[in-house]
Amino acid sequence: MAIIKADKLGVSVAKGPSLMTGAVPKNDWWDVPATFKPGNYAYPAKKEIIEYHTQKTFPSHPGLFGQPRDWDPETDDWNLPDGWEKIILNGLKERLDKFRSLKIFMDCCVRCGACADKCHFFLGTGDPKNMPVLRAELLRSVYRNDFTLGGKILGKMAGGRPMTFGVLKEWFMYYYQCTECRRCSVFCPYGIDTAEITMIGRELLHLVGVNINWIMEPAANSNRTGNHMGLQPHTFKDNIEYLCDDIEEITGIRCNPTFNRKGAEVLFITPSADVFAEPGIYTAMGYLLLFEHIGLDYTWSTYASEGGNFGLFTNNEMMKKLNGKMYAEAKRLGVKWILGGECGHMWRVLHQYMDTMNGPADFLQVPTSPITGTRFDNAASTKMVHISEFTADLIKHGKLKLDPKRNDHRIATYHDSCNPARAMGLLEEPRYVLKNVCNNFHEMPENTIRESTFCCGSGTGLNTDEIMELRMRAGLPRANAVKYVREKHEVNMLSCVCAIDRATLTSLNNYWNPDVEVCGVSELVGNALVMEGEKERETGLRFEPLAGMEG
Amino acid sequence: MRILNPFIAVLALIAVGLVAAQVPGGQALMGIVLPYLAFALFLGGFAYRVMQWAKSPVPFRIPTTCGQANSLPWIKQNKIDCPSTKLGVIARMILEVFLFRSLFRNTKAEMHEGPKLVYGSSKFLWLFAILFHYCFLIIVLRHMRLFIDPVPGFVAALEFGDGFLQIGAPVFYQTDAIFLGAIAFLFLRRVMLSNIRYISLPADYFPLFLIFGIAVTGILMRYVFRADVVAIKQLTHGLTTFAPAIAAGQISPIFFIHVFLVCALLIYFPFSKLMHMAGVFMSPTRNMINNSRMVRHINPWNDPNIKPHSYAGYEDEFREFMKEGGIPVEKE
Repeated sequence: MAIIKADKLGVSVAKGPSLMTGAVPKNDWWDVPATFKPGNYAYPAKKEIIEYHTQKTFPSHPGLFGQPRDWDPETDDWNLPDGWEKIILNGLKERLDKFRSLKIFMDCCVRCGACADKCHFFLGTGDPKNMPVLRAELLRSVYRNDFTLGGKILGKMAGGRPMTFGVLKEWFMYYYQCTECRRCSVFCPYGIDTAEITMIGRELLHLVGVNINWIMEPAANSNRTGNHMGLQPHTFKDNIEYLCDDIEEITGIRCNPTFNRKGAEVLFITPSADVFAEPGIYTAMGYLLLFEHIGLDYTWSTYASEGGNFGLFTNNEMMKKLNGKMYAEAKRLGVKWILGGECGHMWRVLHQYMDTMNGPADFLQVPTSPITGTRFDNAASTKMVHISEFTADLIKHGKLKLDPKRNDHRIATYHDSCNPARAMGLLEEPRYVLKNVCNNFHEMPENTIRESTFCCGSGTGLNTDEIMELRMRAGLPRANAVKYVREKHEVNMLSCVCAIDRATLTSLNNYWNPDVEVCGVSELVGNALVMEGEKERETGLRFEPLAGMEG
Repeated sequence: MRILNPFIAVLALIAVGLVAAQVPGGQALMGIVLPYLAFALFLGGFAYRVMQWAKSPVPFRIPTTCGQANSLPWIKQNKIDCPSTKLGVIARMILEVFLFRSLFRNTKAEMHEGPKLVYGSSKFLWLFAILFHYCFLIIVLRHMRLFIDPVPGFVAALEFGDGFLQIGAPVFYQTDAIFLGAIAFLFLRRVMLSNIRYISLPADYFPLFLIFGIAVTGILMRYVFRADVVAIKQLTHGLTTFAPAIAAGQISPIFFIHVFLVCALLIYFPFSKLMHMAGVFMSPTRNMINNSRMVRHINPWNDPNIKPHSYAGYEDEFREFMKEGGIPVEKE
């Protein structure tokens, strides 16, 4: 779909009538219906995809994804099952009993509004229902109506709303205009986390078969082929070998990675986008060079070939199921521990959910770097280490031969991915790595990094082309901070540790900051690594000329 | 309507209090029966709500990390905003509960031409929220002189500190003025900021009006109508010693309005957003240790029947491709 030009959208964002620019809607928010039109919603899942999930992924859980069917959000008949309201309310009751977070977050909000202008979707769209407080009120109003004394007696007076088709439409619109980035929860005086609300909202929508294809199809691929791209084992391997060919051409060094090898010390898992799509593949080349450099005894897996987890964007059952492959494969191969590549939401699942859902990983050992001897006690139970932690430790111990001048053609800044920042606390490791592998590094403004970092605007399965304008709006706060350092320090490379970011920030920069590229931190590591017996490097991993080699 | 309805509701409560104070037997009802009832409902309702929350498990460890995690030994951890120990969580909670740390982070975003986003510091909400809550606390504690005999030392000290300006007789308490000012700020903010007005519900205005009513009637009683303190003390002491008695006709009606509004607040409290007072302690994004990779967190409803698509099933589907591609297989 053709999308509005950046200069025009820029005027619309800054001057168009919205709550961000001071225009207050005439009607109360509960009287403003959600209207779907091309460009403001992601396409529903194809019928056969839901059939696959119903029959193959979760035959044990009938109803988890509603009835497979064709439906069109733009019409007023979504083909919902009979008694769908009851299904939603029962689902809500079940989740109130399962999640204390949900109960507390339903009950405690005082609507102080501290969260309002913290959301990138609100900043970019000015749509009142993108204020985290109202996003939660969409669900909270139904909760009040049916689950609180005040709501049962006073109904609308107490802010209650019955579950209607209009409410369902709002949920579908606004729970898919939230990327579960948790920025609002940093500022909320009660720590109310809209990610929880959105996750539960999406779970409820699934029960009546309301979903989007961009999440459900990758989830189906992940289940069947092991990765969301749907790469079959031989293709997965071939792709990595192509990357090895490129590495050989650039460095003269041949890497020989192994696949599904039993007895390796370490299993390495990264998002499959890193082996398939630009610019992630350059990050993967960085991994390959790093492991070759230190002679790591590791293997890739084609079965557990996806770090990302589209279940996190679906429901907790799917998240558990897709994640289960990691431990299952580590056990089958008999590795000692698992090393994880650069990915944002993948690390939310690994850090906050994996051990609980699929542990205990008592068949693995506490991760210990075979090169430095460092024991990663912070991963003593989960037994999975982040590549930035691993690399930072190597650099600290002087185990890497680095020539940061090879990144002199890059003036880098660093984008904290939402989940490693706010659901893990991984802030310094990637910065330490960056400062050791490149000479030019500048931070973006402090309100836009670390725990205050802004989402790329397209996380949680929203990086689909049919909602491009929405994504460019939601990504504006991030793009704006990039623009700031580009103008001030001539930054030309936005580095990050997230596969979704690598894809989405590329689109975002092409739109708002066309001369800033995007890379994974490990790509810059790969550029800087001085390999034993290598030939003189004239280009970086993208075949781009190095500084001083341009002619 | 969102503002008017709760305002009328509070006016109605005041009217009920005023009338009830003047009908025969009304004073005993309002001064003795209702306070006991309201206090019981408050305690019972409060405990019920907390127990209802506690009944639901915390299936996953989901702290919001607001600083560097415990990682490699040479990387400086933010032990409070990203705690890896119980002690760190306690420190985080103390800062949250007593100093409203998260609210202190507040910023204000502005959209300028360009488009250009600018973030400015914005501490007013934090400041007035702190003033409001601490004044409320001090005022409640000051009232303990009416219920405890002899008056505890800390109450007397609070009173002295609160009235240190020594203006007027009886001495003017500065918390009274700050309290009214803070309530006024919180109200005006809701009305004047367009996005806050848009999100506000009757349930946001009602407690503000109610608490404002309580404060105003209290202040009037102390400085203007000069209710009979001795008779009031007799009544309040009687309540705490479970030997309540009312000296008929000695206490001004303004006192009964004040008491009636307080009772309304106590009864309303457990069923309203005011429960954030308890909720802040139980919020999983704040009160959990960020050690989920170190110590396994247990989910009581974790479903062991959810298993990944098996490797055997995967190999069965792709065996030939794997063999051709030189990828090891389990079954030839």
